[in-house]
Amino acid sequence: MCVWFGAEDLRTYQEEVNMNKSVFFGALTVAGLAVGAAAAGTLDDVKARGKLNCGVTTGLIGFAAPDANGEWKGFDVAVCRAVAAAALGDPAAVEFVPTTGKTRFTALASGEIDMLARNTTWTFSRDVDLKFTFVGVNYYDGQGFMVPRELGVSSAKELDGATVCIQTGTTTELNLADFFRSNNIEYEPVPIETNAEAQQQYLAGACDVYTTDASGLAATRAAFEDPSAHIVLPEIVSKEPLGPLVRHGDDEWGDVVRWTLNALITAEELGVTSTNVGEMSASAGDNPEINRLLGTEGTLGEMLGLDAGWASAAITAGGNYGEIFERNIGESTPIGLSRGLNAQWTDGGLIYSPPFR
Amino acid sequence: MSDTQQHSVAFVRTEAIPEREPPYTASGPLKWMKDNLFATPFNGILTIVAVYLIYMILSSALPWMLNGIWTTSSLAECRTVLDGAVGACFSVLTERWNQLLFGFKYPSELYWRPGLAFMLLFVAIAPVLFFDLPRKLLIFTGLYPFIAYYLVWGGAIGVPLVALAGCVAGAVFYQSFVARNFALGFLGGVIAAFVTWYIGGLFIPDGANNTAWMRAVPSRDLGGFMLNMMLGVTCVSLSLPLGIALALGRQSSMPLIKVICVVFIEFIRGVPLITLLFVASVMLAYFFPPDSTVDLFLRVVIMITVFSAAYIAEVIRGGLAALPKGQYEGADSLGLDYAQATRLIILPQALKISIPGIVNVAVGLFKDTTLVSVISMFDLVGMIRGPILASTAWNGVYWELLGFAAVLFFVVCYGISQYSQWLERRLATDHR
Repeated sequence: MCVWFGAEDLRTYQEEVNMNKSVFFGALTVAGLAVGAAAAGTLDDVKARGKLNCGVTTGLIGFAAPDANGEWKGFDVAVCRAVAAAALGDPAAVEFVPTTGKTRFTALASGEIDMLARNTTWTFSRDVDLKFTFVGVNYYDGQGFMVPRELGVSSAKELDGATVCIQTGTTTELNLADFFRSNNIEYEPVPIETNAEAQQQYLAGACDVYTTDASGLAATRAAFEDPSAHIVLPEIVSKEPLGPLVRHGDDEWGDVVRWTLNALITAEELGVTSTNVGEMSASAGDNPEINRLLGTEGTLGEMLGLDAGWASAAITAGGNYGEIFERNIGESTPIGLSRGLNAQWTDGGLIYSPPFR
Repeated sequence: MSDTQQHSVAFVRTEAIPEREPPYTASGPLKWMKDNLFATPFNGILTIVAVYLIYMILSSALPWMLNGIWTTSSLAECRTVLDGAVGACFSVLTERWNQLLFGFKYPSELYWRPGLAFMLLFVAIAPVLFFDLPRKLLIFTGLYPFIAYYLVWGGAIGVPLVALAGCVAGAVFYQSFVARNFALGFLGGVIAAFVTWYIGGLFIPDGANNTAWMRAVPSRDLGGFMLNMMLGVTCVSLSLPLGIALALGRQSSMPLIKVICVVFIEFIRGVPLITLLFVASVMLAYFFPPDSTVDLFLRVVIMITVFSAAYIAEVIRGGLAALPKGQYEGADSLGLDYAQATRLIILPQALKISIPGIVNVAVGLFKDTTLVSVISMFDLVGMIRGPILASTAWNGVYWELLGFAAVLFFVVCYGISQYSQWLERRLATDHR
């Protein structure tokens, strides 16, 4: 479920209720200790430890998974590595802490991890009520539909009377009902439990349509024997902005993570890549913003409490945002996601970083 | 005379007819089939249906298995090689076998260490399982936990040595004082062990793990089937004595002990194991300061042990209840005190009755160790569900991986079951 595919959709209200309870008990028992630990400042803790504790998923195709040699690879993993490179100068100085959909928030709240990069949807209640700070968005996801090509459907609005495989107890279920009602068309839901089950049911023809997050659909489709026999429809019916998050109350650390992500995005916008970053950061060039970003001009690194070369270290770790995207989930990979909403704002997407000034 | 005789009797046989083969319908495979497979029309129908089902299963499973691909490096390549034909993609096992067995973070050059610990496990449990073996082997069994710890986790050799020294100190103290007073011997032994551990701990320098001859491997790096085996073996062997103590405590006439045992057993049995595991992984993190958490493996071992001890206690209580009252009275009439009666008369019989139940709990417990995958520990099932299926190369391989897991678990569980049946036959002293 959450363990599989992005599956923000699997988030249930119960999870958040439980979460509040455990936070409450925890607060009762170790209030003193927690305050003592938080006061030191996460950045100082990370520097003293020499390692970044980064929460990731237990395995989500393209986003985070260990390879055959046990090396963590993926789109979310690259964010952890970039932050480690910026804060510690070493992209390998990361302790990856695998978390499930149920343990991720407690792991962050209890201080077991310094940041969470686990394709987590930025929602009001998580930000405000669970006391986390979302530092940005690294992937704009949304719920989509997949149908067999032979069905001859090209838009979700033509799905009148279709049977739809849907994971129960999720926000996707509610989004689906909303979408069909607002378009005034009928559907018949086929409730299923996990993504693996959905894959089998859909292939066996138990339903005409399978719906979940678009990135999950793409990954599911990539695993099919004949992916070209299935198409993902263009409609996206919900907003799932996924991004890294940190605990409330330590803004210095939040700034480090936020601006590391922004540095990756700005680097793509300005054409700084993993191949030319070494050359560009060796001496100041013509573009003042690149100079400020790479620390050859101004004192941005110092303001963050880091070296002047923090951003160039982050970019060297795995390339800029576009390179990370292409290598892990882009069109050259089996997952084959197009940039879409995740293109730079200059290319009509939503990926946009405030200026480095 | 002979003439008349010849004529009055039409035919007299003077020698026996040579034996002939029985008719082919009354012997051989045909008769066997008639008797066993087609005795009645109903049986005949069942036979035909069963044969058809077996044919259906084999005709789809055998080509799949025999046509399996073992050498590619991704599912997509498997499909290219198969080119539409039916066949399994066992390449995932050849590429990821080490991750399935040891987890993805255990250093691959150190695989020999858990491997050796696994071999030694058989040496260590042999004298416990088969009591015809020389009793001296039990010394190795006593040392095994420390050897296995040192092999799997590595690090400073002082840690297992101090742990061993503490246990020895406690045991010596207990042995020398138990004759005078049980409480003194028991509590004194526990205190002696803790004092030894504390003093010994002072002698292990900080950072000894980093310079140790055997490289230290943190618990977080353990995984795969190794983790299931470690949890299963540790928890079964710890929960058995704890369960016996709880069962005896529940029968105790001392109200305080009885109440504690009853509350403990009923509380633990009333809570699902998965809840206890979540408490171990999530809640306990709040009770400790962030830097000094108790090892996750240890927390999980405690929770699973406590859980299975409560069940084993109830199984053994059933065995105790099944003993005729005469056994207790007989022990009393011989002048044995409680400890002697329990050790010599009650428990040997009660445990024998409880064997099927205990084995049932042990097998269930071993399979329950896969639940740790929900608290993001990468046991065998956790490895399959998480990292392997989430890799771009192997997303979509289900049957091969889960079938492999099923085979591993089946081998172990079937072994346990066969041993328990042997043990029951071996201990059968009743007059049935």
